[in-house]
Amino acid sequence: MKIFKNTFFALLAMIGVFASGLAQAADAAVSAVATASAVASASAVAPAAAPAEVPLNWHAIVMFILFVAVTLVITYWAATRTKTASDFYAAGRGITGFQNGMAIAGDYMSAASFLGIAALVYFNGFYGLLFSVGWLVGWPIILFLIAERLRNLGKFTYADVVSFRLKQGPVRTMAAISSLIVVIWYLIGQAVGAGQLLHTLVPQISYRESIVVVGALIITYVTFGGMKATTWVQIIKAGLLLGGATMMAIGVMAHENFSFAKLFNDAVAAHPKHLDIMKSVVPIGAKANPIESISLGLTLMFGTAGLPHILMRFFTVTDSKAARKSVLYGTCFIGFFYILTFIIGFGAIVLVANNPEYVADLTKSVLVLKGGGSMPAVYLSHALGGDFFLGFIAAVAFATILAVVSGLTLAGASALSHDIYANVIMKGTATEKQEVWMSKMMVIGLGVLAVILGIAFEKQNVAYIVALTFSIAACTNFPILVLSIFWRGLTTRGAVLGGYTGVFGSIGLLIIGPTVWTKVLAMGPAIFPYDFPTFVVLPTVLIVAYIASITDNSESAKKERAAFDAQMIRAETGLGAEVGASH
Amino acid sequence: MSELIASKIQSNPKYLQLVRQRDTLAWTLSALVCVMYFGFTLMIAFAPDVLTQPIAADSVIPLGMLMGVGVILASCVLTGVYVYKANQTFDPIVSEIVREASK
Repeated sequence: MKIFKNTFFALLAMIGVFASGLAQAADAAVSAVATASAVASASAVAPAAAPAEVPLNWHAIVMFILFVAVTLVITYWAATRTKTASDFYAAGRGITGFQNGMAIAGDYMSAASFLGIAALVYFNGFYGLLFSVGWLVGWPIILFLIAERLRNLGKFTYADVVSFRLKQGPVRTMAAISSLIVVIWYLIGQAVGAGQLLHTLVPQISYRESIVVVGALIITYVTFGGMKATTWVQIIKAGLLLGGATMMAIGVMAHENFSFAKLFNDAVAAHPKHLDIMKSVVPIGAKANPIESISLGLTLMFGTAGLPHILMRFFTVTDSKAARKSVLYGTCFIGFFYILTFIIGFGAIVLVANNPEYVADLTKSVLVLKGGGSMPAVYLSHALGGDFFLGFIAAVAFATILAVVSGLTLAGASALSHDIYANVIMKGTATEKQEVWMSKMMVIGLGVLAVILGIAFEKQNVAYIVALTFSIAACTNFPILVLSIFWRGLTTRGAVLGGYTGVFGSIGLLIIGPTVWTKVLAMGPAIFPYDFPTFVVLPTVLIVAYIASITDNSESAKKERAAFDAQMIRAETGLGAEVGASH
Repeated sequence: MSELIASKIQSNPKYLQLVRQRDTLAWTLSALVCVMYFGFTLMIAFAPDVLTQPIAADSVIPLGMLMGVGVILASCVLTGVYVYKANQTFDPIVSEIVREASK
């Protein structure tokens, strides 16, 4: 324990040094503002060009540091209370339903959904709502079919549930591979977003430095504080994000005399596409494509129900009742938030578009903003509340990234240490201490990997990441999990073949699809003409899992089917489930 | 969990009834959410004109916007319905089954 304490304080000191360095850099930067803004306007095309009005955002920096300080104190507190594997992976199973509901919201509402949906609405109007709806409707499904049974059957990862009565080695390997692909790509998306966002908001910190700061912080949170620290970082972040978004929406509505009719009329008048923003069932300018719309719908809904870092949250609560309650709270927070982002997006059309303070070049487009495509919500905060509010929202966006990245890193580390190391390689003979130690090493490894990949992908087109991660989650984790819980007939062969069909089917079709094949690889017209492959892959996975299971007449398959009754009793009654802390 | 307790639970008619009731509710509500959401999605795919028509002659707000927000609100309400029903009905039955089995 002592060595942890010392390392912790060393890290704390390092971050302190970094912060004071930042302050010094800030002083220097103030005098260099004139040059900086000259450079910025010279390279107006560069996505990192900063708004000249906010040369150094003191408010943002002070609030970043405040948030970091609070979360580090929490991490220290959590570290002194993190001793067992159950503490590390599942916060000692002592989280209440309400707390977990907040943490779920904090884990799920990424900067991509905050800034991303607002930006989609800002550019396309109505179309953005399709994402809000699609990302919400997975939650009721998680509640009705998954949450309670997952809590009753599992220990730390969703692979615990899938492999409950199936062969540990092959099933856990498949589940861990699919989890890791989702986690690593999701991490890349978050890291690139973090780098761009921080660098845009505080131009004095470079893209690389931003990513390194994020990487260092999440390694600190997760290695020392495990799930307890992660959970509280997510709870605080959810509070900040919900509070910030609510204030923005109220600000917009106050500006519009609290009339939705006025808001939408003003938006239609302000947007260069006018009434088209109310009719956009596909992105403005794109051709309507029924199959793509349906596939997008399937991907968003079932992908949500298969994200490993989300599923992991259900092991932190005391029992299945708390798991159930937490989904209700989580769904309401997330639903409320998505309605807010919609108002924020329309507010940005009214207050940010056409505004020379924010628009890059009014002669070319009244929509395209300085600092790139994710800025509408950020500038809206400035339009509503000046530098102070912008600083607050920037800090909230930063907190958002940290919370999501922490959850992802812990989920990835648990797949590597709990599934692969402890259960596949050591076949359950690893001690708890060894397993937790391995987890911490994996957290550091994944953190470093995220930093490296984040830097490597700086200039890459990462538009396919949402499709990739949600497709694999929707086509692999979700169907295999549901089959293992509800279908007696599922065997190891069915789960493994079905699972790999989901992973490789999704990846394969994405590679030959329009975004990767045509835009990223520049190989010409796409072989598979849809961006979201779920409508093909999901049914295929179900068919493969079904046929591979029913044709499996091995002795082990018979045992696996026979073990279903005991699994079901535990899933339904919670008898034998991991016991939660009662406080 | 011992074999004995498992066999006691499995032969308890309350258990079978619980599973049937809860599964029925869970799958019905899931189907409801899917019908709502995929109904919305299918309209986007095949009947966009219905969704994009304004809710009133003097309004720019399209019908689809109300429906989208409606799907979000309905999802929240349905999760509430399930939690209420589980707290009121299913939890007492589960604890009864467990108590009877461990006698």
